[in-house]
Amino acid sequence: MKKILVLFSHPKFEKSRTNTALVNHIKGMEGVTFHDLYERYPNFHIDVEAEKELLEAHDIIIWHHPFYWYSCPPLMKQWIDLVLEFGWAYGPNGNALQSKTCLNVITTGGAREVYCSEGTNSFTVNQFLRPFEQTANLCGMQYLPPFAVMGTHKLTDEQLATYVMQYGKLIHLLQQNLTLNDFKGCFFLNDIPQLQTP
Amino acid sequence: MTGSILFEAIVFLLGAIICVSIAKRLGLSSVIGYLLAGVLIGPYVLGFIGNEGEDIMHFAEFGVVVMLFLIGLEIEPKNFWNMRKAILGMGGLQVGATMFLSYMLFTWLGYDWKVSLVISMAVALSSTAIALQTIKEKGLMDTTFGNSSFSILLFQDIIVIFMLGALPLLSNTETVSATENHSEHVNLLDGLPLGLQTLAIILSVVFIVIAGNYLIVPMLRKVAKTGVRELLIAAAFLIVFAISFLMEYVGLSPALGAFLGGVVLSNSEFKHELESTLEPFKNLLLGLFFMAVGASINFIVIAKSPLTIGGILLAIIVLKALVLFVTGQVFKLKLDQKLLLTFGLAQIGEFAFVLLSFAFNLNILEQEQMDMMLVITALTMSLTPIISMMNERIILPKMGTKESITRPMDHIAKTHKIILVGFGHFGSTIGRFLRSHGVEATILDHDSNRVDFLRKMGFEVYYGDATRLDLLESAGIAEAKIVICATNKLTVSKAISNIIKDKYPHVELMIRTKNRYDAYELLNLGNENIYRESLETSLTLAKDVLSKMGFRKYTLNRQVQNFIKYDEDSLRRLSAETKDEQNYIFKARIELEQLEKFLNEDFKRGIVDYDNQWDSEHIRKALEKIKD
Repeated sequence: MKKILVLFSHPKFEKSRTNTALVNHIKGMEGVTFHDLYERYPNFHIDVEAEKELLEAHDIIIWHHPFYWYSCPPLMKQWIDLVLEFGWAYGPNGNALQSKTCLNVITTGGAREVYCSEGTNSFTVNQFLRPFEQTANLCGMQYLPPFAVMGTHKLTDEQLATYVMQYGKLIHLLQQNLTLNDFKGCFFLNDIPQLQTP
Repeated sequence: MTGSILFEAIVFLLGAIICVSIAKRLGLSSVIGYLLAGVLIGPYVLGFIGNEGEDIMHFAEFGVVVMLFLIGLEIEPKNFWNMRKAILGMGGLQVGATMFLSYMLFTWLGYDWKVSLVISMAVALSSTAIALQTIKEKGLMDTTFGNSSFSILLFQDIIVIFMLGALPLLSNTETVSATENHSEHVNLLDGLPLGLQTLAIILSVVFIVIAGNYLIVPMLRKVAKTGVRELLIAAAFLIVFAISFLMEYVGLSPALGAFLGGVVLSNSEFKHELESTLEPFKNLLLGLFFMAVGASINFIVIAKSPLTIGGILLAIIVLKALVLFVTGQVFKLKLDQKLLLTFGLAQIGEFAFVLLSFAFNLNILEQEQMDMMLVITALTMSLTPIISMMNERIILPKMGTKESITRPMDHIAKTHKIILVGFGHFGSTIGRFLRSHGVEATILDHDSNRVDFLRKMGFEVYYGDATRLDLLESAGIAEAKIVICATNKLTVSKAISNIIKDKYPHVELMIRTKNRYDAYELLNLGNENIYRESLETSLTLAKDVLSKMGFRKYTLNRQVQNFIKYDEDSLRRLSAETKDEQNYIFKARIELEQLEKFLNEDFKRGIVDYDNQWDSEHIRKALEKIKD
């Protein structure tokens, strides 16, 4: 069973209904390490060595965060800047993360419809996530399509419950040694058949 | 015994070390230890030192001299002006009423009016040395009681200048050649007519004020330029000795001169340097002084007329206590603070020694009268710590803990009980921060005025000594999760730490400390949560409390920054108001007024709402509004 590290990053977690539901469901699952960055580093003083050890101890890295201004919250960007060191994560001899798997789990206020060339946001979520994708590539990691909970501003309780259940299922699937090929061609991990309600 | 200085020094030091250690071990004030040491090594018990008690006093007075110099340094004329109402009001009332009553007493006993007047002057004075030492030892300086005592003592220290100035006017004019009554040191004013003596005294005071500004400060600047630290120490002592010498030369009290010198230098840039230089010597010299007082209790005089002396002694203490109690009443002190004041200042002070022997030199007092009053003075001083102790151990505890009242405000943390010990500067910041997050702490404090005020503000507050297990229990330590020790008194923190380790190991203790040495001690007692003090540390502590209760760390971090900004703003806002002098009656009262303002503003502000961009609830609500 593969080990999963959830790097969670939310400056105002206590006010987020969606993320509270998602996190409560996957936290404490077997083989899952839930790592709350804003709680661990309220001063933005990241312990780089400890973070590198955590990464080395896991097979799958999940960047779990709300989608703020088409990107992640500032502490997660800081995490990327500081932890993924030259000569360790990339560059000569920088192969510590080689062959690990990486993906974004995001929540967006806007619905799926506004993230396309015709929508208010002009681009798709996947296009906005390019920097993350390329970061993973540069570090030699496999980058999977994102799992996205969208339109959170208008989400009903039932819809939220569905997303929560899907997130849990996804974690189980990832632990079962699935490869990139299993997800080829899908836009969001939400769309793979295994996650559709039976 | 031999006249060897070394031998005497060894006797003094050994006596102090042994007796004070024992007194401390028994939980008594160090003053009792010193006094006891003095009695033991003195001429009437072991006889190691001084056949003439006066000689010892003379040298030992340097403790009082240095102390008064330091008190003088603390009184910047500006602060003095701010406190003038308390000083003049409380001090004036106390001195006036005491003098009047004791004058009546002594004329009734059949003394000449001049003698009665001189004695009543002496009786009106309390011992700054004893009172301040005990107040500091107990850490009560920032209470209403501490402030009141300080005001009264200060008034006495100033009024004694005028008393000494007035004494020559009382002297029996025919016998100017008072040589036989004279002590051995030279007195410039011996031959002068009386009016001129008074004039000379006033002139020497003026001289000190002028010399302070135009002689001493420039000299200190020169010395400081050399960068040799011990020269500053030498300079500090030179100032104290020189002023004392001058004052003695004109027949005045050296201690008063030192006090004046301190006031003059309090505005200079050397204030703190002088303070920190002399502080370590002060306590030891004061100890020496207390020992001398103990040694000068003349048991032969007592044996001659034990009943008269006992009677007068009792009458004086009762009389002084009565006046102090009424003074406290007039200035609306709470009962416990009033009792502390009553029993803390009911002795005759060290200036009585000066006043009485000066009067003796001027032939106003007879040898017998002086001896009796000196013994009574020493005895009242020795009794003070014992009376205070009885007050604290027997009377004050009986006043018991007051019942808590229910709060109107509801709060998140009902099940997580938090106890906050001490609501001074550090503790109140914590209390405010917690409250602005809807978290209430149960507060323990030893200043009943503050307790009253906090109750008025709707806090659950218990009055009393937080090191007492029964008080902690009635404050609910059994159900508590966290105890915050916000006092800066190491002894209190250690006592609470021991109680918790012993009886309530599930309770987490978070402690404020003054410095790393105190922190070492507490860490070695097995405490984890140590906070070395400042505004930011108090907030760090409060933040950690809330984090332990489940608040998010990052949010708290931002709240702390908000709070600091808000507090800085209000500091600036309120600083303008302090220009209104009417506000300054009592330091403590003003602090409470400010606190009330803070708490009201905190309350109005509620839990700060910010970071709305990150708050999905907020956006959802806004969207719903648009729809409607």
